[in-house]
Amino acid sequence: MTIRKKTRNTSLAKRSWQKFIQNRMAILGLIGLVLIIAACLAAPLLTNYDPTLIDPSIRGLSPSREHLLGTDRLGRDIFARILYGGRWSIMIGVIAAMGANLLGAALGCIAGYYGGKVDSVLVSIQEMLSIFPGTLINMLCIGFMGKSVRNLLLIFTFTGWPGVMRIVRGRILSLKQEPYVESCRANGIGGMSIMFHHLLPNTLGPIIVNSTMNVAGYILSEAALSYLGLGVPDNVPTWGNIINAAKRLDIVQTLPMLWLAPAAAICLFVLSINFFGDGLRDALDPSSK
Amino acid sequence: MAEQREKLLSIRHLTMEYQPNRRLFEAKKPSVKAVSDVSLDIYAGETFGVVGESGCGKTTLGKCIVRLLKPTAGELFFNDGGEMKDLLRLDKKTSFALRQKIQIVFQDPYASLNPVHTIQEAFDEPMRVHGIGGGSREKRTEIIANALTRVNLQPDYMYRYPHEFSGGQRQRICVAKALVMEPRLIICDEPVSALDVSIQAQLLNLMRKLQRETGVTFFFIAHDLSVVQYMSDRIAVMYLGHVVELADAGDLYARPLHPYTQALLSAVPVPVLQAKKERIVLKGDVPSPMDPPTGCPFHPRCANCMEKCKTEKPELHEVEAGHFVACHLYQQHT
Amino acid sequence: MQENDHILRVQDLKTDFKVGRRTVHAVNGVTFDVRRGKTLCIVGESGCGKSVTAHSIMQLLPPNGTIAGGTISYYTRDGACEILSNYKRSGPRMRAIRGKEISMIFQDPMSTLNPVYTVGSQIMEMLKKHEKVSKAEGKARIIRLLGELGIPNPEIRYDQYPHEFSGGMKQRIMIAIAMICNPTLLIADEPTTALDVTIQAQILDLIRKMQESYGTSVILITHNMGIVVEIADDVAVMYMGRIVEFGSVQQIFSHPVHPYTRALMRSVPVLGMNKDQELAVIEGTTPDASTVFTGCEFAERCECARPECFHRFPKDTEIEAGHRVRCLLYEEGGEENG
Repeated sequence: MTIRKKTRNTSLAKRSWQKFIQNRMAILGLIGLVLIIAACLAAPLLTNYDPTLIDPSIRGLSPSREHLLGTDRLGRDIFARILYGGRWSIMIGVIAAMGANLLGAALGCIAGYYGGKVDSVLVSIQEMLSIFPGTLINMLCIGFMGKSVRNLLLIFTFTGWPGVMRIVRGRILSLKQEPYVESCRANGIGGMSIMFHHLLPNTLGPIIVNSTMNVAGYILSEAALSYLGLGVPDNVPTWGNIINAAKRLDIVQTLPMLWLAPAAAICLFVLSINFFGDGLRDALDPSSK
Repeated sequence: MAEQREKLLSIRHLTMEYQPNRRLFEAKKPSVKAVSDVSLDIYAGETFGVVGESGCGKTTLGKCIVRLLKPTAGELFFNDGGEMKDLLRLDKKTSFALRQKIQIVFQDPYASLNPVHTIQEAFDEPMRVHGIGGGSREKRTEIIANALTRVNLQPDYMYRYPHEFSGGQRQRICVAKALVMEPRLIICDEPVSALDVSIQAQLLNLMRKLQRETGVTFFFIAHDLSVVQYMSDRIAVMYLGHVVELADAGDLYARPLHPYTQALLSAVPVPVLQAKKERIVLKGDVPSPMDPPTGCPFHPRCANCMEKCKTEKPELHEVEAGHFVACHLYQQHT
Repeated sequence: MQENDHILRVQDLKTDFKVGRRTVHAVNGVTFDVRRGKTLCIVGESGCGKSVTAHSIMQLLPPNGTIAGGTISYYTRDGACEILSNYKRSGPRMRAIRGKEISMIFQDPMSTLNPVYTVGSQIMEMLKKHEKVSKAEGKARIIRLLGELGIPNPEIRYDQYPHEFSGGMKQRIMIAIAMICNPTLLIADEPTTALDVTIQAQILDLIRKMQESYGTSVILITHNMGIVVEIADDVAVMYMGRIVEFGSVQQIFSHPVHPYTRALMRSVPVLGMNKDQELAVIEGTTPDASTVFTGCEFAERCECARPECFHRFPKDTEIEAGHRVRCLLYEEGGEENG
């Protein structure tokens, strides 16, 4: 008897993809994301300027053919800074979101599956973290640890997990009652396998959706912190840091491109990722058809 | 007759009490006795049926046997190669090894298979941890293919996901999943009640065929008396956590002794003309298990209730050969 | 037959559902009558269209469902004929009929009662909507009905909330809501499926009792052949959106003719059945609802299927007075599929 492995891919991922491509806003979001990320990655091809090179001879220029968006007070090309800054901003957003969601998912799994004391302790910590305003915690931590990209990522990860932990814990609590989980337990299959092989994949949908939303959130947080001067070091061009240069009122008025352009970049990116995330949520929701 | 047969499972004074979750500063809530002091013997190769209405503890009993729940008291002796071992007091290794021998099939075929795993993945893991097929993946795949063939499905279905199957097919897959573990006992917890009538027959016939072929023992839990009566050799009737009657299937149908069994039998609608019989319609509802009646659990709804029933709980005893009943009406005859 | 004998006449009813871009014919040309004061049982498996038929009569279809054809005529007490299928689904005429003339009870009593209102006020709401009664008068009437429905201490129960009732009691409350305006037709959609057998027996008794004392006609939808024998006068067996056999309960049970009806009866274990007897199996599974057929819907699972069954639609054939079957085996000269 020969058994042919089916070539037709009928997995859940394919069904979800078919649902996703029927959602126009989501596709728009996806295109926006791809364009922005591609432009940032291809920065050296799109501009010849060095985003960190200070050239006093061209300070505060208006947009022109040589400098598409003009230059800032130190003579750096704003267009180049936005492209290269996007690399940093998006990287910070993505890594922080991945870190926070991985940590949150693992803790949520453990809390939901084991219940009891472990659960109580984790939920208490989660609640305490959620009570404090996020920005305040981030500012305090940066104050203690010092400004650096690495510290910022660590702080985002360790303060960002409660949201996803709550989602995963809730899902696990209801999923662990399912007969297929009971069937595993009746066969003596271990807790680790049940948690990470049987339960976690079933919560992947909400986790992915939450992660995409988090990417947007962290880009905004980074921008806010950098604007306050508490984000990444000054020599790293991120979207937030570019706006930081536009703190003084006279600059806001004389060099509008300095804050308008990065703000527009942030808006576009966050909007795209939110549309994308909304589409993903609908596509991955097994109850919607 | 029963003496010669090999005992497979001996349930002794099994009691399962649920302690409601108590939050901080909350008053203590009363515990719920889902199963109280149940003793049953299940013989190898038979189909043992358990009937009762919702909340009678039949599912809890099944879950205690597969050790999904830890009973509050009592013993569960399982025949492991001639030696009766108490499943609740075993060392870790034997306890784990014996899990292979007792499998369970659940009611809801849509929730019994993990939607993210293919059939093969779902089958493979328990086989791997219990060393079935000698640790060879190819051998295991072959066993899975065989099992699927035996439940009248094509072997290459193993690479599909559960959502591609209908309810009846899924339930057959669940039966196959239990079979690959080479069990001695399969707990079937309402295996057909979620299925359409025309599909039920397919599964019931299949289960009977598999039992003839493998000699596996079924512990068949259902609320539908007609199905239990058709499938089982012996039947235990449960009410509010107690076994009130235990008899051969034919005997139970022909001469039910306990007033509850009589009412239950008469309440089942029979799809035959002129079958309209005198029906005993029970008053009221099943009492809450949080606040069970004193004495006989059935006395508030019983037409033959005596003074004694209100205070004294009747014990299950043998009225005729193989026919046990827990009722004061039959106490005098012994 | 006289018009007056009938309370409801459904002719060639077609109900479609839009699922994505496809159209599913959930009910596909169903014709039947409900006799005054009698009980019609619609039997069939899940997805056969029995519930959709009931919801079409009440015009309680979900937004993606529409009545695509056929007429539903309802004859009031004074003999007037109302064509329900012409009314707007939430128009004033339909609203006046729903609950007052035709009312419905559903399968799951747990989720059809609103947990934040007392049961008394939920019954009162129904009564006030259709009749002008004073509060005291209404309350007295409700309490009397609750008593008739076998609810102990109706005065106290009137002011209690749904969570204080057991499943069987909740279904009684649902019957009270349905019966308070004394409707002429009661549609019960699997009223006992969620209940235990002993409670099921109580509820069936109750429906029969209410029917006797108020002369209500009943459409009862079920999948359980046993219930049909107990309560039905007429029986309609449905499969894939069509009535395959229709007749009185005696006709259907003493000599069922359609292979599906026959198989359905032999595939369930009957209490007291000989255990050596194998159950009859209907092979395969119910086809997907969106399947397009070129012949008899049941042909591929039918043990009597002949080649022509696969490419010709059977017509309704009356084999004796009131006994109709939709099967080529009983048909002389069916029409060719165009």
